[in-house]
Amino acid sequence: MLLYIFRRILIMIPTLLLTSALVFTIMELPPGDYFESYMAELQAQGEGVDKARIEFLKKEYGFDKSPVERYFIWLGGLLQGDLGYSFEYQMPVSELVGSRIFLTVLVSFATILLTWLIAFPIGIYSATHQYSWGDYGLTFLGLMGIAVPNFLLALILMYFANVWFGTSIGHLMAPEYLGQPMSWAKFKSILEHMWIPVIVIGLAGTASMIRKIRANLLDELQKQYTITAKAKGLHPFKALVKYPLRSSLNFFVGGIGGILPEIVSGAEIVAIVLSLETTGPLLIKALQSQDMYLAGSFLMFLALLTVIGVLISDIALAFLDPRIRLQGRSTR
Amino acid sequence: MTSMLLPPPGSPLEHYVSEKPFDPKSIDRLSAAQERIYLASQWRLMWWKFKRHRVAVVSGIFLGILYISILFCELLAPYHYQSRHIDHIYSPPQRVHLFHEGQLIGPFVYGQKYSLNMETLKRQYEPDRSVVHPIRFFCRGDPYNFWGIFESDVHLFCPAENGTLFLLGTDRLGRDVLSRIIYGARVSLTIGLIGVAISFMLGLIFGGLAGYYGGIIDLVIQRIIEVLQSLPTIPLWLALAAIMPVTWSPMVVYFAITVILGLIDWTGLARAVRSKLLSLREEDYVLAAQLMGASPVRIIGRHLVPGFMSHLIASATLAIPSMILGETALSFLGLGLRPPITSWGVLLTEAQNINIVALYPWLLTPAIPVILVVLAFNFLGDGLRDAADPYK
Repeated sequence: MLLYIFRRILIMIPTLLLTSALVFTIMELPPGDYFESYMAELQAQGEGVDKARIEFLKKEYGFDKSPVERYFIWLGGLLQGDLGYSFEYQMPVSELVGSRIFLTVLVSFATILLTWLIAFPIGIYSATHQYSWGDYGLTFLGLMGIAVPNFLLALILMYFANVWFGTSIGHLMAPEYLGQPMSWAKFKSILEHMWIPVIVIGLAGTASMIRKIRANLLDELQKQYTITAKAKGLHPFKALVKYPLRSSLNFFVGGIGGILPEIVSGAEIVAIVLSLETTGPLLIKALQSQDMYLAGSFLMFLALLTVIGVLISDIALAFLDPRIRLQGRSTR
Repeated sequence: MTSMLLPPPGSPLEHYVSEKPFDPKSIDRLSAAQERIYLASQWRLMWWKFKRHRVAVVSGIFLGILYISILFCELLAPYHYQSRHIDHIYSPPQRVHLFHEGQLIGPFVYGQKYSLNMETLKRQYEPDRSVVHPIRFFCRGDPYNFWGIFESDVHLFCPAENGTLFLLGTDRLGRDVLSRIIYGARVSLTIGLIGVAISFMLGLIFGGLAGYYGGIIDLVIQRIIEVLQSLPTIPLWLALAAIMPVTWSPMVVYFAITVILGLIDWTGLARAVRSKLLSLREEDYVLAAQLMGASPVRIIGRHLVPGFMSHLIASATLAIPSMILGETALSFLGLGLRPPITSWGVLLTEAQNINIVALYPWLLTPAIPVILVVLAFNFLGDGLRDAADPYK
């Protein structure tokens, strides 16, 4: 088991190196860099450009060196925990992301909790009542959750929340609390606004979760040990929850790893439509304005979380399921 | 005792031979109906199983009609998608009536009275009950160039002479939303198909290489897949879309977007191909083929691929809706297709603002075909997946 974990951690290293190279290449591909577009913008506005300052900044961040050198400088910084500097916001990336991470984690956590709370009962119901009207109806509702573009749903919900409850439009809190330190009133305002993104983001996830639970549980319910358990008079609840449900949860444990990056990045497009103060819009904006350290470091951070998440779920799977443990590798 | 029955040593044993011709199936004879099932090919069995999934069949027919209709959108749309009606900016949908003052006229719309609300500066349109504009069928309207083959101006239906026919209203430039939806289908529907075709090819090639050769090739391809999967999709799309120079023509952008969608999507399929190949490689029939001296190409192409092709088609079908939604999202963010080209995503960018939802809700109608198509593809994919394993 220890050997298995050790091997998995070793494999992570080349994966992350490849990822960093890919991320850096993507960041480098668009023509020009942030300083060029920044200078062009200043000149277009008719403002004077402080050449010396730009030159200093360029040197400071190594933009006078070749891309390969810059890659290694960036990588070296990352390894020492230095995420770089955001040109657009004029502050270190770690501070910038850190200031938004609390709200992001709050929204994502609530979303995931809601997803599980809704998806599990419905998924189990659908599987135990296969091809009933309830199953069809719930499956259809779930598919609707996938089919409706969620930015649209966000717009519509936001509109009706404003008309019916007088919730202010956009943001995670009423405008007067923006930029204010955390207080009880601000927290209440956040809770008032949070349900829209939570529902919108959660809907698609809930839908696919329901379908997965249903499919996996159905597979188990058809197996002979379930029939035997029922035939021997095991309590129906036990014959459902204790054995089939438990072994149908492999996919769920396998998916826990994916949650880690999700919690930190959140749903980007919905966040943009609702102008939430989460990390998603920050990332998108950074990508658009070629704020490359912000975008690149944040992407790398997400990739690291994904890899760690996958490792955690593989280990959890190996612990939970002796079949996987004995085989010595995960079957996902 | 037994020796009495035996012939003397050296002479042949007596045995009974039936005169009747030999029929190997004489014991368990199949009825005609059974024979039809037992001897049916795999694809035929799949078709039978698929037919039982009613919703999937209906979805398939629906999608088929849609895909045929994109060939003729010039004919189907009442207007050209770029023709502007400056007097009818933000016109609400016009209702189709059949009876005018108790008299049957056939489908027609009333004229529109336009007024500007001086307090809110909102354009207000009201039906003008005195003017009747019957809808014409197979009529002459906006001229168009049909696929660059010939010029024509025949439409399936169009407004009365000097009348208007905005069944789903108009946008900020006074363009008919319905016509734009019909034209937009051309891009939105094909983008998913081309994207899936690209990811399908990549998935087959890379998954096939990894699964068949194993070893170092497998390891490298696995790592590449892991890297691609460890990056969140939307930022990756955005980053790739941002690379495209602004100078590219909309048509090139369209192809670039499909390639981007395909390039990112192939990993899941490649994994599926790889794991299927790994498990099927151990089957007895593969060993038999190897013993009979079949080449690897023949084994993969003739024996292995047909074994999981149906699964692949099913999962590819399920991947199309996510591509359509992806295009919608990219265009919505302003990073996808650009205006001269019309897609459902481009149309929805008009509805980016909450004021639109409040004032001009008909600009949200392009979402309806998106939802319908995504639903239909999901149902079709479900049906195909159920049918993919007909022996179960």
